[in-house]
Amino acid sequence: MNIRRRTWLACIAAAAAWLATGLPSGAMAQDGPGGALNVAIFPEPNIIVGGWGQTGPSQLVNGNIYEGLLRYNDKLEPMPGLATAWAISADSLVYTFTLKRDVTWHDGQPFDAQDVVFSIDKIARTLNPRVRVALQAVESIKALDSHTVEIRLKEVFAPFIGLFDVSTIPIVPRHLYENADLAGKPPAGPIVGTGPYRFKEWVRGAYIHLVRNERYHEAGVPKIDNVFFHVIPDAASRAAAFEAGKIDVLPGGTVEYFDVARLATLPGVAVTSKGWEKFAPLAWLWINHRNPLFQDLRVRQAIALAIDREALSKVVWQGYAPAASGPFHRQTPFYSAATVQPQRDKDKARKLLAEAGYQGQSVRLVGLPFGETWNRSAELVRQNLLEAGFKVELVSTDLAGAVAKASNWDFDLAFTLMYQYGDPALGVSRNYVSSEIQKGSPFNNVGGYQNAKVDELFRRGAGTADPQQRAAAYAEAQKLLIDEVAAVWLLELDFPTVYRSKLDNLVNSGIGLNDSLARAAFTSR
Amino acid sequence: MDKLIFLLRRLGHGLATLLLIAVMNFLLIHAAPGDPATVLAGESGAADEQFLQQLRERFDLDRPLPQQLAGYLGRLLQGDLGDSYRQQQPVIDLIVERLPATLLLTSSAFALSLLFGVTLGVWASRHAGRWQDSAISTLALLFYATPLFWVALLAVLVFSVWLPWLPGFGYETVGAGFTGWARALDIARHLVLPTLVLALFYMAVYARMTRASMLEIVHQDFVKTARAKGVPEGRILRAHVLRNALLPVITLAGMQAGAMVGGAVLIETVFAWPGIGRLLFEALAQRDYALLLGTFLVTASIAVLFNLLTDVVYTLVDPRIELS
Repeated sequence: MNIRRRTWLACIAAAAAWLATGLPSGAMAQDGPGGALNVAIFPEPNIIVGGWGQTGPSQLVNGNIYEGLLRYNDKLEPMPGLATAWAISADSLVYTFTLKRDVTWHDGQPFDAQDVVFSIDKIARTLNPRVRVALQAVESIKALDSHTVEIRLKEVFAPFIGLFDVSTIPIVPRHLYENADLAGKPPAGPIVGTGPYRFKEWVRGAYIHLVRNERYHEAGVPKIDNVFFHVIPDAASRAAAFEAGKIDVLPGGTVEYFDVARLATLPGVAVTSKGWEKFAPLAWLWINHRNPLFQDLRVRQAIALAIDREALSKVVWQGYAPAASGPFHRQTPFYSAATVQPQRDKDKARKLLAEAGYQGQSVRLVGLPFGETWNRSAELVRQNLLEAGFKVELVSTDLAGAVAKASNWDFDLAFTLMYQYGDPALGVSRNYVSSEIQKGSPFNNVGGYQNAKVDELFRRGAGTADPQQRAAAYAEAQKLLIDEVAAVWLLELDFPTVYRSKLDNLVNSGIGLNDSLARAAFTSR
Repeated sequence: MDKLIFLLRRLGHGLATLLLIAVMNFLLIHAAPGDPATVLAGESGAADEQFLQQLRERFDLDRPLPQQLAGYLGRLLQGDLGDSYRQQQPVIDLIVERLPATLLLTSSAFALSLLFGVTLGVWASRHAGRWQDSAISTLALLFYATPLFWVALLAVLVFSVWLPWLPGFGYETVGAGFTGWARALDIARHLVLPTLVLALFYMAVYARMTRASMLEIVHQDFVKTARAKGVPEGRILRAHVLRNALLPVITLAGMQAGAMVGGAVLIETVFAWPGIGRLLFEALAQRDYALLLGTFLVTASIAVLFNLLTDVVYTLVDPRIELS
């Protein structure tokens, strides 16, 4: 018995020694001068073949492998990408792109104008609903020569020049996908782009590994040799992995806001809200205008007056998401500061509700299942509404349920979060014009708001290239939407990115981490 | 011969059970609101009705439910689990990729919990009423009552963040390029925390059960007889008491082994362990019907298999029990 006990103790001691001294598990591989960058990602991308992979996480990876014709800075002005120059005709109908020479695909094939025509006209038009709508204005897309592409429009479509970033229209290799079945599965075979990183390995459920493209067409980039996207499903574990030093970057939205505030105080940690200028994410409450209760303007006003956006911003979102002032994100072009939705006024809300003859009908409030911060938001909004006299029933679902409820108009009030994509014609009008009232999708006029004047203003805003006329039309539309309480706008979510401060140049365009990490570098700090 | 017939009959029952499970799962999943197309659209940030319709046509989701079910069962009988809607890859590939990680995790946790649970239970029963017993019983109660995910997060915080001894997520050190023994050791280090946490709960269960079972049997007549005949105490303990006390533990262990594969969801999620439990959970959230049904079917098969195995183990431990 004694001997056995001693053997046990020896085993335990040996195991403890092995654990404590350990293998080189501390730091991730840092081989080569550029080292390795570890980025957290969740949910796991479904497909990372350019053109096919369109979910948010797919785009986070794809921006490194593929490129767009243009990039955009934080003021949303175009910068060169695969196109070195671009010209717009005086009548705003002809767009001519001059392509970069001596660019090769990762498989060694040369890149040329045919790839661009194929990517826009075939791939994006067939596979990307967002682009398909925008491309309805296009008359023709042609290669003038091997390095010039000309796009002719049927009518003026003002935001057209804003469509060419990698997360909207990635340029993909025609020689590989020419015969791909666009209605079927994404093509198998190598993942080939022109971008600064090449695809190396995807271990499903664990990580995606990209390596430096040695033959990248821009001198001196990329700076980092290896990029790993680690799939970590639990938000608390992502924060812990960052704190333990295993993760260098927590992209916006991958960590709870109370953790952002906590991690920001650690030494060597930086937080930035830059890189969301093009997306301009805005969160609001859909009002289901089909509900007779909400057809009374006073009831809608009561909802808008009931909600404490400042508390939402400061308490729930830890100060990282400013209160929204209306249907336009302040970084979306033609945002007008002249009209803003009214501040919270609980008593006025109660009064309006009484005037409208509210009988205590129950209001179903559908939250968004994106984690703790969203749950708390829903609870706060519910509390605000209760205080104003509404009877509220909180409906909680998972993502599929929430999307289905919004798509099928099965709600009274529903949280939503949408991108504005750098132009009101791309990301704002779809939520309010009557032609966008269609069951089945969560990304149109889900609330069912209708106003002929608003329709007309949005049409005018998109159909002219003159910035002054556009600004006037959009300012008026913004005022009308606020006066009529088309929806209740809550927060501008410029998702903070948490990263090691020794990383330079992590975010350097208006699409943030969805653009490539090519310019990021480790400093000795 | 009897044994063979018994096994074949049980296998037949198992297959029928699996078919029933497949049908029930199919109907239950389709009753949940939303479908794979809505989730894909939700994650894309933009989609029109036409796009969603295209997706549904591609996935065959636009056909009536009975037709979809018939098609699914037909393919299933030919051994085809279908394609994942979301990842557009064969379900069987995705499962085969993820199964080893889960089996490694659950088998380690299973062995650990059984070994330590029974040992602690025996030890506690030998010192019943004294401080050793109180200590073990208290700890067992504590681990039995504490939610697994909380213990898991705490373990990550303590052993991975504060004391950077052990990796807190993943299956191996990514990008380290280990091979052979170095890789095996690296995986073993990653295995420590998830295994311990997963094992703690069952360890507590086994300890409590073994202790109770031992104390019950120790006072029975045949033990007294053996003692009166002068059989050495160690032998009494092993051959007479433990052997009989283990029967309820085996029942429970069989159930645990079957359920562990699917039940590792929480641990796999917290530790980012690339196993099948997570695959199942994510497939559910993403309404990836084919993948979800595939993982259900595989985990159910394993449960059925372990049930069968438990029956066989019974006869080995107690020869009086017959397979019939």
